Amino acid sequence: MSGRPIQVTGEILDVNRSGSYYVISVTAPGISEIAEPGQFVTVGMGGDETSMVLRRAFAIHRVQSRGVYGGTLDLVISPGGKGTTWLSKRRRHDTVSLVGPLGKPFTLPTQSVSCVLIGGGYGSAPLFLLAEKLRERGCRVDSIIGASTEEKLFGALDLKRVSTSLVLTTDDGSLGVKGRVTDVLEGVVTAGKTDIIYACGPMSMLANVAEFAVTHRIFSQCSVEESMACGIGVCMTCVLPIIGDDSVTRMVRSCVEGPIFRGDRVRWADIGTVPPDTYGAPVEEVST
Amino acid sequence: MNTPIVSARRAGDGSNGARVDMFTDLAKMHLPSPVLTASGCAAAGRELDNYFDITTIGAVVTKSIMLAPRSGRATPRMAETPSGMLNSIGLQGPGVDSFIEHDLAWLNHRGARTIVSIAGGTPEEFGKVAAKLRIAGGVEAIEVNISCPNVSDRGQVFACRAETAAQVIQTVRRNSDIKIPIFAKLSPDVTDIVEIAQSVIAAGATGVSVINTLLGMVMNTSTMRPALAGITGGLSGPAIRPIAVRCVWDIRSAMPDIPIIGMGGIRSGHDALEFILAGANAVSVGTSIFNDPSAPARIHAELAQELGDRGFLRVSDAVGYAHRPHTPTVDSEAQSSDAEWDFITE
Ligand SMILES: Cc1cc2nc3c(=O)[nH]c(=O)nc-3n(C[C@H](O)[C@H](O)[C@H](O)COP(=O)(O)OP(=O)(O)OC[C@H]3O[C@@H](n4cnc5c(N)ncnc54)[C@H](O)[C@@H]3O)c2cc1C
Ligand SMILES: Cc1cc2nc3c(=O)[nH]c(=O)nc-3n(C[C@H](O)[C@H](O)[C@H](O)COP(=O)(O)O)c2cc1C
Ligand code: FES
Repeated sequence: MSGRPIQVTGEILDVNRSGSYYVISVTAPGISEIAEPGQFVTVGMGGDETSMVLRRAFAIHRVQSRGVYGGTLDLVISPGGKGTTWLSKRRRHDTVSLVGPLGKPFTLPTQSVSCVLIGGGYGSAPLFLLAEKLRERGCRVDSIIGASTEEKLFGALDLKRVSTSLVLTTDDGSLGVKGRVTDVLEGVVTAGKTDIIYACGPMSMLANVAEFAVTHRIFSQCSVEESMACGIGVCMTCVLPIIGDDSVTRMVRSCVEGPIFRGDRVRWADIGTVPPDTYGAPVEEVST
Repeated sequence: MNTPIVSARRAGDGSNGARVDMFTDLAKMHLPSPVLTASGCAAAGRELDNYFDITTIGAVVTKSIMLAPRSGRATPRMAETPSGMLNSIGLQGPGVDSFIEHDLAWLNHRGARTIVSIAGGTPEEFGKVAAKLRIAGGVEAIEVNISCPNVSDRGQVFACRAETAAQVIQTVRRNSDIKIPIFAKLSPDVTDIVEIAQSVIAAGATGVSVINTLLGMVMNTSTMRPALAGITGGLSGPAIRPIAVRCVWDIRSAMPDIPIIGMGGIRSGHDALEFILAGANAVSVGTSIFNDPSAPARIHAELAQELGDRGFLRVSDAVGYAHRPHTPTVDSEAQSSDAEWDFITE
């Protein structure tokens, strides 16, 4: 069981560019000490009188103990909408509100097994902590990171350092193998005799990885990304159809029961719907 | 109503809050704080207990519960809007039996005061849920979410017509312990909210909760379709606050003595004070919890400070204070100059 989440004010220590991303280092006393691979934090946007009422979720990329600053977190920001753009413009000494660590972490194997780690875009962010933990346990770690283009591949050099092997893919062939992560997956799995696949990235990538894992009888864990309003389990916006231990499908909150799910338990093709056999699904449509 | 020294200690020295008596008598409940959670924004309290002690606030108002388990709607279920958000959750929940066994039992074990919000597709369903809660016990009050679609009225919400709203309240009243306060939660999407408030009170509601979300819509300009799977959603957050304050004001003007729980975009103690001045006996905090999970506890402290700064000794003295008859404000300086020019007037 992971530690209880807390709410703290963090001070930004550094903002560094990395391709099309920004890596933000922020003090997070009490969060960084208990954070586990795969967990995330939410960051308050825009200051006290902001019109952005919702926090944004970011995977915990690294945790460090930095002397006088105490524990710090590194987050990888992909500026896109209003909030992520605002956050990418923060500077040293700015403060932000943090809540975390949130969500369930990746499950780690008890033995030194052979693992493949797959990251799509900024989805490689949480894989560093995971790779380190797996290596500590003597696991083989083969990493694959992919993106549309070189600019969007995150952290190839750092991940290479903690991996047994690393393959890069880009859709446009600007770096590494031209194609998708799933195009090289079979080769990597065969060479490494893979027991577990860990994946984080766009939902379409996760769906393909999970399908591959199921057909090859490999255990998989995927970190999903669903739109979240609260991130702490109180609002029910972040749900997706998950098959439970009892084989029953339920609409499950990805912020508290995820974001890490077994690949074979997510009904990938049904995301964005409520499958008719879901627990509590409408028996009949409201007459209109 | 005690008259506070309005002009005194405006600035606030940071200690005035400690002196204010925050005990709140709401219907027959005696609560340590006027600050509650809003239904659907606090689940059943358990998650929030990580961030503040949920036994210190007035009560936990739980997510609207129905008779049977419900999956809720498809995703996307929310969209952020300027100073607010739209949601279309579709009342996902475990059903009243599981709620009683797990959630209500936990809240009681934890020592939290619980106001249970209930919903239904027919008046009978509301009645059955109320009857189950009556047997279970451990409930301070019931809040009736009449802003849900009426299965036999083309999905129109009960709250939009005085007759259907009253029908639901009557059924819940009949199926509840006579001592249990019942709050009807009203929708602002009506022509005359006062008329609806009067009809639910006449039907046996003890008080009203105002307001529920307003129906809204957002387009996703990438897909060029509605942003929510449910097409429309309920608007909440600071964007709706002035509408909510107006609704509280109107209902308080028409019914000076009914208990009112006010809500809609409360983000600070200052915002809570607006509702109380307009006539709310208590306030619920909803969307702000998503931004600040400890918001209810923070807002309690800030409200105490705001009241203290204005010379109030008890929160109950501020309820409806904005409705007092308009007398020219006489502060001490004005008084002395008036005295000097006394010979002119007259
Ligand atoms: C568990 C988890 C981990 C994540 N990790 C990272 C990360 O490491 N780096 C990174 O750059 N991004 C990450 N994201 C995605 C990030 O949270 C969204 O990109 C961000 O919320 C979008 O905010 P915006 O202000 O750019 O967009 P806006 O369009 O302004 O967002 C509006 C609202 O929708 C929600 N929203 C919109 N898109 C997403 C989305 N894709 N996922 C979740 N909520 C969304 C926002 O939270 C916000 O409430 C993660 C999301 C989740 C759920
Ligand atoms: C995600 C979400 C879910 C909600 N669910 C319910 C509900 O189940 N029952 C209910 O009566 N009101 C529900 N509401 C409405 C709130 O209780 C409240 O009336 C409204 O949001 C206005 O307050 P706020 O601006 O502080 O959120 C919900 C609101 C939100 C944002
Ligand atoms: S984001 Fe609110 S329950 Fe998951």
